[in-house]
Amino acid sequence: MTTRLMIVGVLALVLAALILLPYGVPYFYIFVATEILIMGLFAASFNLVFGYTGMLSFGHAAFFGMGSYTTAMLLLHLQVPLVWTLLAAMLTSMLLAAVIGFFCVRLNEVYFAMLTLAFGMMVFAVAHQWRSVTNGSDGITGFPLTEFGLGLDLQLANPLVYYYVVLVVVVLAAALLYLVTRSPFGLILKAISENPERVSFCGLNERRFRLIAFIVAGLFAGLAGGLFAPFNRVASPDMIHWSQSAEAVLMTILGGSAYFLGPFFGAMVFVLLETWITSYTDHWMLFLGIILALMVMFFRRGILGTVLDRLLRR
Amino acid sequence: MQSFIAALLNSLDIALLLFVIAVGLNIIFGVLNVINFAHGALYMLGAYFAYTAMGLLGLSFWVALVVAPLLVAVVAIAIERLMLRMVYDRHITDSLLLTFALLLIIDESVRMIWGPSIHVVDPPALLTGTFSVFGVNYPIYGLFVIAVGIAMMLGLWLLFTRTRLGRIVRAAALDREMAQTLGINVPMVITGVFAFGAWIAAVGGVVAAPMRAIGPAMGEKIIIESFIVVVIGGLGSFPGTLLGALVLGFIHGFGGRFLPEINLVLPYIGMALVLLIKPQGLMGKRASA
Amino acid sequence: MTEPLLSIRDLTKTFGGVHAVDGVSLDVQPRETVALIGPNGAGKTTFYNMISGRMAPTSGSIHYDGDEITGLPPHRISRLGISRSFQITNIFQELSVRQNVEVALTAFHGKALSMLRLASRDREIIDEAYVLLKRLGLEDVAEQRAGVLNYGDKRLLEIAIVLATRPRLVLLDEPTAGMTPEETRHVTHLIRKLADSGDYTFLVTEHDMSVVFGLADRILVMHRGQRLAEGTPEEIRNDPEVKRAYLGEEEEEAAS
Repeated sequence: MTTRLMIVGVLALVLAALILLPYGVPYFYIFVATEILIMGLFAASFNLVFGYTGMLSFGHAAFFGMGSYTTAMLLLHLQVPLVWTLLAAMLTSMLLAAVIGFFCVRLNEVYFAMLTLAFGMMVFAVAHQWRSVTNGSDGITGFPLTEFGLGLDLQLANPLVYYYVVLVVVVLAAALLYLVTRSPFGLILKAISENPERVSFCGLNERRFRLIAFIVAGLFAGLAGGLFAPFNRVASPDMIHWSQSAEAVLMTILGGSAYFLGPFFGAMVFVLLETWITSYTDHWMLFLGIILALMVMFFRRGILGTVLDRLLRR
Repeated sequence: MQSFIAALLNSLDIALLLFVIAVGLNIIFGVLNVINFAHGALYMLGAYFAYTAMGLLGLSFWVALVVAPLLVAVVAIAIERLMLRMVYDRHITDSLLLTFALLLIIDESVRMIWGPSIHVVDPPALLTGTFSVFGVNYPIYGLFVIAVGIAMMLGLWLLFTRTRLGRIVRAAALDREMAQTLGINVPMVITGVFAFGAWIAAVGGVVAAPMRAIGPAMGEKIIIESFIVVVIGGLGSFPGTLLGALVLGFIHGFGGRFLPEINLVLPYIGMALVLLIKPQGLMGKRASA
Repeated sequence: MTEPLLSIRDLTKTFGGVHAVDGVSLDVQPRETVALIGPNGAGKTTFYNMISGRMAPTSGSIHYDGDEITGLPPHRISRLGISRSFQITNIFQELSVRQNVEVALTAFHGKALSMLRLASRDREIIDEAYVLLKRLGLEDVAEQRAGVLNYGDKRLLEIAIVLATRPRLVLLDEPTAGMTPEETRHVTHLIRKLADSGDYTFLVTEHDMSVVFGLADRILVMHRGQRLAEGTPEEIRNDPEVKRAYLGEEEEEAAS
């Protein structure tokens, strides 16, 4: 009971810190914090498939990118208020996840990893080549950030305002995602990750459940991508490349895939590391790979994961 | 007709090179039960070592063909001993994560050491020029690649079916514990197989170097192609790899010539079709979940 | 004579020329307990695998409650009311004991797609899980990780999962395998009670003859994939064919 109280207490503190953040840190860190929140959601959506359902996907960025492009295109061509673009982003990534997932979940984990990588890169290739629609490698830029929608008068172009918008959306989305992991559906996913055969003998078509998990994860990744495009001011194919998928993987492993907040913590460490390291070198990917390798070899439970393991005495 | 012959030769060219890369991937999977996501990066490393040898050190192509793959094999031994070994008795996901991390490391290291620009090496003097095949002037080097592919195919087949070494490897692949009990040094076999697979990929890289632009995106492209080959042909099947490579080679050879707009997504469409009709690959064994 | 609950005709499974199961037929009446015995390799588990949908038969048919179920996938067969336990304990080691049962209950009550409610708030499922665990004597370990249970308790948990989906036909694959005599008595008593309640029909594989003779209404003896004999325990006990098959095995074992 006291552990639960402690966790709620820590969460409340974190939330308070996030709300008060802009008033305590240099202006630059508002951008960093916005990115951490968005990436945290992206990584958490990946972890629904990886940590909770036991499927390693190397193509998760396809949905992130789909969300970005959807938002960017709607803002550019139709000047739709942001809230509706975000909903559209979730819808398009959900559909993409349904199509890709359909092909990938039918095969074992080795094939699954290969296929998600391949299909993810296919989406990348399409975004890269289809100049007429996606503007190719330059990506989509110059979209206006007018209004949020729902009658709210928000100056989205102001980074501080955008930070708070992202904070609210991400906290709500994270709460929803957490609910999903603690729901009966979430229990089934955990069971599937451990023993899919047993689940099918309980009367459930476990393949269908894995597909549904994949789709839900794609939906949240799309939302993250939708938030990212206005922040980044561009929707480009890089967001769909496997290196972007690799970021979700690393953030999750860094924080720990066994706990819901692991990916968020990992995103924080990741973005801070990236901000720091890219100021010295262009070869951030190299460090990404090295850190991932070291984490997998020596710290498989992740930073937050190892800490929570100790605290909860597992 | 001419156009057809050219496309045909081109397809074989591409197919056999793809076979060389994909078969290494398959062999590693067969014995280590790991998909080496870094396989394309090792191929690229072979090409870059060849470029260094030929372009920067002025050595001949033939020297590069011998030395570069051996260097890559050494790198592979280090990788296996220091890194892969740590995750063998864990869930397979950890091995996949590790080889993926390796992919990032090698890809970026190449970019760092050799820079982002594209390099070119010339084919050796012996193999320059064209040759008339059924009325088509085809580059001799292209024919060389086809020959290398066939030689590799036959060599591997002989190695695995006719030699004692091949039998030992197959035993280790089938039943590790049993092989260990029979006195086979399984850890050494595993290291050897990984190094061998890397060596094959590097040979492919050296052979591909005069034909393709050498750039940091080489590895990325080839690993996806290898995956498609293996999915179409079926993981764990030697003839399947050949079949998959031929299918993809022909898709590129003919698609590239006659359907250039959708050429990029054709391989994926082919893969999706196979996944729909025969998910374990055209010649594969059980792969469903 | 009532309509058999399970009706199997000429069931065969070949693996590359080897007949793991060769033309076996069997009728199981509702509410009876049929024991399936035979030496190792007789094909009992393969037989189970075909009934529960884990494997498709090479030929033959399986009818359940009048409908053909041959070749259906496991989740469909489970939904029809057939549940099975496994020879090698097949539970969710990382989940709690209670959660193990809740997985099956969630599936049974059609709540598996419920994403927007907390599982911990579902009193219906939690209470039913406790009832089931109590029935099997596991209520004290309900909150522990299933992986830390001792072997006997794990097998009991498996039975709890099996019963959670309220099957009409229960297939138990060597339920007392690896258990101490004490645990064996406990489980046998439990199965007897469940069988007597009239809610279930049992098909039980066993090596322990005392368990078999204590539970079975009828016995099917399998040998090398084929039906060797079938009858009441008395009939089987005195059947010369059976004696020869078993004695023959014993002689082989004695000689080696």
